[in-house]
Amino acid sequence: MTSSPASSNSPVRLRFEGIQKSFFGVPVLRSVSFPVRAGAITALVGENGAGKSTLMNLLGGNLTPDAGQILLEGQPHQPRTPAEAQRAGIAFVHQELNLFGNLSVAENLCLDGFPLQGSPDPSTSSGLGWINRPTLLLMAQNRLARVGLKLDPNTPLHRLSSGERQLVEIAKALGRHPRVLILDEPTTSLSAPECSRLFELMRELRSDGLALIFISHSLTDVLREADDLVILRDGAVVAMGPCQEFSSQQLIAHMVGRTLEQLFPPRDSGRSFRQDAPCLEVSNVTQPGIVRNISFSLRPGEIVGLAGLMGAGRSELARILFGLDPHASGEIRVSGEPARPGPRGRIRQRVGFLTEDRRGDGLCLEASIADNLTLVGLPQLARTAIGWLDPSRLRPMVQTIREAVRLTPTARDEQSVKTLSGGNQQKVVLAKWLLAQPKVLILDEPTRGIDVGAKYEIYQLIHQLADQGAGILVISSEIEELLGLCDRILVLAKGQIRAELPRAEFSQERILAAALPA
Amino acid sequence: MNTTPVPWSFRALQAATPLLFLTVVLVFGVLEPRFFTLSNLQGILLQSTATALVAVGMTFVLLVAGVDLSVGALMFVGGALAGKLILAGQPLALALGAMLAVGLAGGAVNALLITRLRLIAFVATLGLLHFGRGLGLWITQTRAMNLPDQFLQLGSAKWLGVPLPLWLLAGVVLAAWTLLNRTPFGRHLYATGFNEEAARKAGLPTRRIVALAYVLCGACAGLGGMVALAQLGAVSPSFGEYYEFEAITACVLGGISLFGGRGQVFPGPILGAVLVKSLFNGLVMIQADPYLFPVITGAVIFFAVGIDSLRARWLQRWNQRPIYLTDRI
Repeated sequence: MTSSPASSNSPVRLRFEGIQKSFFGVPVLRSVSFPVRAGAITALVGENGAGKSTLMNLLGGNLTPDAGQILLEGQPHQPRTPAEAQRAGIAFVHQELNLFGNLSVAENLCLDGFPLQGSPDPSTSSGLGWINRPTLLLMAQNRLARVGLKLDPNTPLHRLSSGERQLVEIAKALGRHPRVLILDEPTTSLSAPECSRLFELMRELRSDGLALIFISHSLTDVLREADDLVILRDGAVVAMGPCQEFSSQQLIAHMVGRTLEQLFPPRDSGRSFRQDAPCLEVSNVTQPGIVRNISFSLRPGEIVGLAGLMGAGRSELARILFGLDPHASGEIRVSGEPARPGPRGRIRQRVGFLTEDRRGDGLCLEASIADNLTLVGLPQLARTAIGWLDPSRLRPMVQTIREAVRLTPTARDEQSVKTLSGGNQQKVVLAKWLLAQPKVLILDEPTRGIDVGAKYEIYQLIHQLADQGAGILVISSEIEELLGLCDRILVLAKGQIRAELPRAEFSQERILAAALPA
Repeated sequence: MNTTPVPWSFRALQAATPLLFLTVVLVFGVLEPRFFTLSNLQGILLQSTATALVAVGMTFVLLVAGVDLSVGALMFVGGALAGKLILAGQPLALALGAMLAVGLAGGAVNALLITRLRLIAFVATLGLLHFGRGLGLWITQTRAMNLPDQFLQLGSAKWLGVPLPLWLLAGVVLAAWTLLNRTPFGRHLYATGFNEEAARKAGLPTRRIVALAYVLCGACAGLGGMVALAQLGAVSPSFGEYYEFEAITACVLGGISLFGGRGQVFPGPILGAVLVKSLFNGLVMIQADPYLFPVITGAVIFFAVGIDSLRARWLQRWNQRPIYLTDRI
């Protein structure tokens, strides 16, 4: 398919051998082994949480493996810092670019090694000496020429388009003469012509003998551009081989390929919510650049899942629904009334929101369990006649709710939340909303970073909240979770609802097909 | 190239400080003709020197998205120490050296608190502000010290027809500009201020860079203290008060962003300092109620910070990438 696929006998530049890595006892990589050839593009694909980023972070020196080794041209590669990995010849172009908008293109290209006056070597990290401007410009021009960018190196970086920035980042990486170049989602936010320019550059670098690792979710790009394919699932390599051997369907099947185990509390698919008045109605909500024409409704007791790729606008939609971010047009109604402005207004209408970032946004980590539990319900629950707090009324409530969510009994009410495990922290967050008796509850990644056992309890809690009469909107990157938990799933892609599936029609393939870019 | 057209409102925002400058000068000029005399304008320039020196130092700190509230207190401690030394018959050079040393030491303390103990800059330097003012009062026993005339002469002495403080300022500005724009350290400082996390990932020694910014700021406070002392000829218990606010106001008026990474050390902060001093000078000349001074300077600070905040928000909006172009799982 490619113009000139690298011959399959080109030498192996990098080899992963039995790499294992766990975080807090949860295995993320299970004995991963595969080769990366020089003069070839190796694509790494897999769902969220399949272990791609962890693997690349091991290679790039951000993490160290628990077991196994990486061989770089036959030598063990054990970087302890990103700088060490760089020196070993690993160049990592991150998804979020590490560029400085307040500096010029030339300065960005040579930031970690400015050419100095009267010294042939570029500056080390000491930062001393005078920058040799003419040499700097010359160096920058050479690096820009390598990626085919024709622009004045003196241009301030913030004037560049995202495609140009991507190329500058690659030029910066190439300036260190790497042996392996990792491109993590390089086409993210590139226009079509910018993409083809990038692919052209990747082909050139391949013929120069560089080993490229290409991480992408655009399966068409992967199948068209890559030579070798490695598919990760649940931290293990499930398939690998030359790209020609895979079809798009096979690829998806490999990425998904597992059966639903007994991970979820039972939920029958015959439920009907049509007779109830919706607790949340969203009609034609649009915010330019974020979401387009979002319309759906949520009924009491219903659990609706929001599926989609990262960046499809799921979390952004949640923030709009909760009044954290504005929307340009469209209407949001809560229990039949227009939504009141801002998160405060929404909370007064009994809308709850559990953020993606539990530690950062969802909890006051230093504060006690009791304080966290009562944070949202406080105004309604503990107010005496003159509006003061009555601690004696809080205590029994805290006790009831703790039992309801089965919070670990060893923790005291006064204990600070940060001492709890992730699962228990999440229970505190959910309990907080349980106490507030929400009508609408938006859950963004409710089980992220939580072990399987605790997940089950969280799912039960979510069912309990729904049975109390709350309409629940769940965002999750794990499609299975939505399949197991929800009554209905909306698939979001590029800020629009692409598909709506009732529980009877749930299928992982259909969701992925709707979520993936064409 | 993708060049976003700059809306006129943003241009107006950029021109806000010059417009304010023009307004201040015109209003005072009309209200009080003596405001426009050459000697008064020269006087304003001289009065601004100390503030401008402190503002140059403050620029380093603001560029790394920090702040230093302790500069005025460091001036006071240095001044108190210098006064004691002079009155004890020590040579002038030693007294001046002590002021610089106090500034450097104070900057080093701030650097330590912020980069090693991870204190928030605001709190760390506020602490040093109180510590320094207390220390200065203890050294002086809250009594004003009048210094010998040789000190005053230093403030008004001229070389090639230009007063020495202005030469000092010119030298410091030139050094700061070169450091910021022509050395790797300077460019790293800008990078750190723009995004410290990204700078760290790029392998820059961000801690050392931030630390050095505070040390340089302290040194500039020491130099500013020398000039202020030479111009006043006395150390009173209020010596150095409000310099932190004047310097920060001067910087922000001069286009240094409180959010870090944006702005040039010349000419912005220098003009900002002159603007602040013109305001004071004009208010004195039109015999405004002295109790109104803080109200007016407060308003100017709000104005400057408001502009900075607006500018930052707009820049952020422009740099925002539409998210539905992305397609990652």
